[in-house]
Formats: sequence, structure tokens, C-alpha cells
Amino acid sequence: MIAIIDYGVGNLFSLQSSFKAVGYQTVVTGDKEIIAKADKLILPGVGAFPDASEKLFSSGLADVVKEQVALGKPLLGVCLGMQLLFSESHEYGVSPGLGLIDGKVVFIDIPKEYKIPHIGWNALQFKKQSPLLKYVKEGDCVYFVHSYHAVDCENSLVATAEYSKDLTAIVQKGNVFGCQFHPEKSGQVGLNILKAFCEIGGEL
Amino acid sequence: MITKRIIPCLDVKDGRVVKGVNFGNLNDVSSPVTLGKYYSDCGADELVFYDITASSDGRKLFTDILREVAENVFIPLTVGGGINTIEDFDRVLKCGADKVSVNSGAIKNPDLIKQGALKYGDQCVVISADVKRVDGKFTVFAKGGRENTGMEAISWIKRCVSNGAGEVVVNSIDTDGVKKGFDIELLKEVCSAVNVPVIASGGAGCVQDFITLFKEIPTIDAGLAASIFHFGEVKISDLKNQLKENGIIVR
Repeated sequence: MIAIIDYGVGNLFSLQSSFKAVGYQTVVTGDKEIIAKADKLILPGVGAFPDASEKLFSSGLADVVKEQVALGKPLLGVCLGMQLLFSESHEYGVSPGLGLIDGKVVFIDIPKEYKIPHIGWNALQFKKQSPLLKYVKEGDCVYFVHSYHAVDCENSLVATAEYSKDLTAIVQKGNVFGCQFHPEKSGQVGLNILKAFCEIGGEL
Repeated sequence: MITKRIIPCLDVKDGRVVKGVNFGNLNDVSSPVTLGKYYSDCGADELVFYDITASSDGRKLFTDILREVAENVFIPLTVGGGINTIEDFDRVLKCGADKVSVNSGAIKNPDLIKQGALKYGDQCVVISADVKRVDGKFTVFAKGGRENTGMEAISWIKRCVSNGAGEVVVNSIDTDGVKKGFDIELLKEVCSAVNVPVIASGGAGCVQDFITLFKEIPTIDAGLAASIFHFGEVKISDLKNQLKENGIIVR
């Protein structure tokens, strides 16, 4: 069973529906015991980083997630949930992330003629192998909506998307995975990424 | 590079798609779920559902059906029509909408955009503006194009964006329904006035109209249309292939 961690941020309905579409049941929960029993964890999130970070830490769920990851459980962070995997974010001041992946989250600093947020479908460029890419081809498009992105994370970088410069799209460090885009809104490509995550076994 | 988006728009009344859809191979052409899935499978980049229901019963049906669409269609969903309060944002977002499009509601209460952006983020709020030339001036119309607000369109759109609208849909009343192409003059002005994504609406009659749109205005993000897709005059898969052949980047 897959637990979608509910810490009071965002709409989890689409995420849950898309797992159902690839044949996996999920439970949306903030309950530590249920999270501990789950095979895999999803960390969702939309909105601003400081608010999400505060909710994740004050609910005690940050510690639960870190414990479970230390036990080897696969974790997938989606959009803001992916940004929370890093050490810190510079959105509205500096606030702490989970520190599961080295790197920080900063404003997308690109020439003025490029629109921010980076909204729309953009192609994935592969940087290294990852089980998440099992059913994805280089150049497949996924749907992004964000104004901040992760930097200084070269060691964990799996895929990028080009928007004046390379933006961090997929990261992995051991059993910790993250997608900056919305797999649940990225059509068949997105569903394939979720399916690949669901199929990850004990090989990590 | 980010791709240019093609967006079909579906008018929904009492939970059903109206404006007669004409696809021989679909059994239930007025089901938003069937049509939504069909468009998504054809390569639509996003769907806009416009609620044209007037009654509260119809509104309830709309949100029920939206939930069903969101359970089955995995591309971004934008909802417009009848969005007048922040409670309306809550109502449609809970049912799986990703973005909320405001029009007359924002004209009545310009704070609505600010409230929506503050609560859900700029990316969630779309300003949809119905624009018509009056004495040579681009003017904003309300209530589905029936009421002249007297407001100049470009400054209205700029104001909405500075209030937090993260995307702009520009619907030209002058070109709408004429099928002679998008309103390039108006769209160029809007694109040079704001730095958020701009979606062109009104006037598409054939594939060439989309090619012209993206060639003439390289900074425009998307083209939206309704009847030409519904009646099969333009097939989204053909449209995308021809855009590609013309060097326009699409998914």
C-alpha cells in the first residue's frame, strides 16, 4: 500500500486518481502508524515553501518521513513535495527542508523575456539512469508549474528541462525520488512515471 | 523548450456538454468525461470546462461531473463560469480543477483575483477577458460579451496580472465565430503588456490560423478553440503534426 502524506497542503485528489489509474491503491493519511506500515510514501505539495515546511515540521511528519526513509522505504516528492526533500529553500526568506538530498531551492533566475512561473509542457533531458525512467523516453513532455527550482544537486540529478537554462526536473538519491513537474497532470508519460515508482522493489 | 499548448474548451450545462458535438465514433458526445478523455488521448494539452448553468442544481451537477472528469483525465483542467467568490474557487478546486478562470466575477469584484492568488497561488488564477473594439479602442465586456464595461482592455488585463492572475485568456469578440483567424493585433498588444502566459481565443477556423498565430506572435503560449474541435473541422492530432512541420514546438 502507498501512503500519500497529508500534512494539510494541497489537493490530493488528482494524485490519488492517477495512482488508481495505474492500478495501485493509495491512502491519504497524516497518521504515523499508517505511514509506518505503508510500502511506499508520496510527499505532495502545492503553494509556498515556508508554509509547507512549517506544517511538515510542526505536525511531526518530517521526523516520521526521515525515519521511514532511513529504513529504506521509497519516497517520491512531487512538485513542492520534491523541493521539500532538499536542505533549504530561498522562497520568501530561508526555510528548512528535510535535507534528504543535498542542494537548495532558489528562484528561477533567467532572462526577463522568459515568463515566470515556468508553466506548461516541457521535454525531459536525461542526465543519469533511474528506475523512474523505466517507461519514459528522452524528449517526452511533462507538465510544469513552478517559479523556484533545485540547484547544487548535480549528484542526484536524473533529468532536466530546458527553459533558457537547465531546470531540475527529476532527482534521485538512493530510495528518495523527486519530480518537479506534476506526473498526475502529465498524461500517459506522467502515469508511466508513477507506475515505475510503484514497481520499485527491494533492489535499492 | 516549453511547447505551445492547444486547448479545447467545453461548455457544460447541467452536467452535459452543449453546443452539439459531432463525432461519429463517440457514443456519448455530451458526456464531459467521454469528451475529456477523447481530447486528452488526441493530444490536447489542457482542457477548459466552462459552466454555463444558471441554477444551483446545475452547479452541483457541474461539480459532480468535474470530479468524474478529474478521476479519469490526467492533464490540467481549468474551470470557468460562475466564479464570483473565493468559495467558488474552493468548490471547483476540491473537485479536481487545477486552475480557475474568472471573468465577470473579477469585473464586479477586482479583489477576487487577489484573494484567489493569495490562497491558491498565482498559477491557479486565470483572468479571462472578453474584448471588443469600441470606437477603435480595445474595450472589456462583461456577462458573456453582452455588457460594455467601458474599461480599456490592456490596462484592465495589466491590473489583473499585477493583482496576481498567473495566466490570461484573451477572447476577441470581434473575431469570435467568424472563423477567419485569431485577433493578432489585439493579442500582440496583450503579449507585449504582460509577462505571464497568454492564451488566444476566438476566431480559429482552420489549422493555418494556429500556424499564423504562433508565427506572428512567438511569445504567445496557447491557442484555445471550441466548435472547430467539437465538429471535427480541425483534429488536434493533425493540427499538432502540421504545427510541427512548420517548426512550431508542440508536445
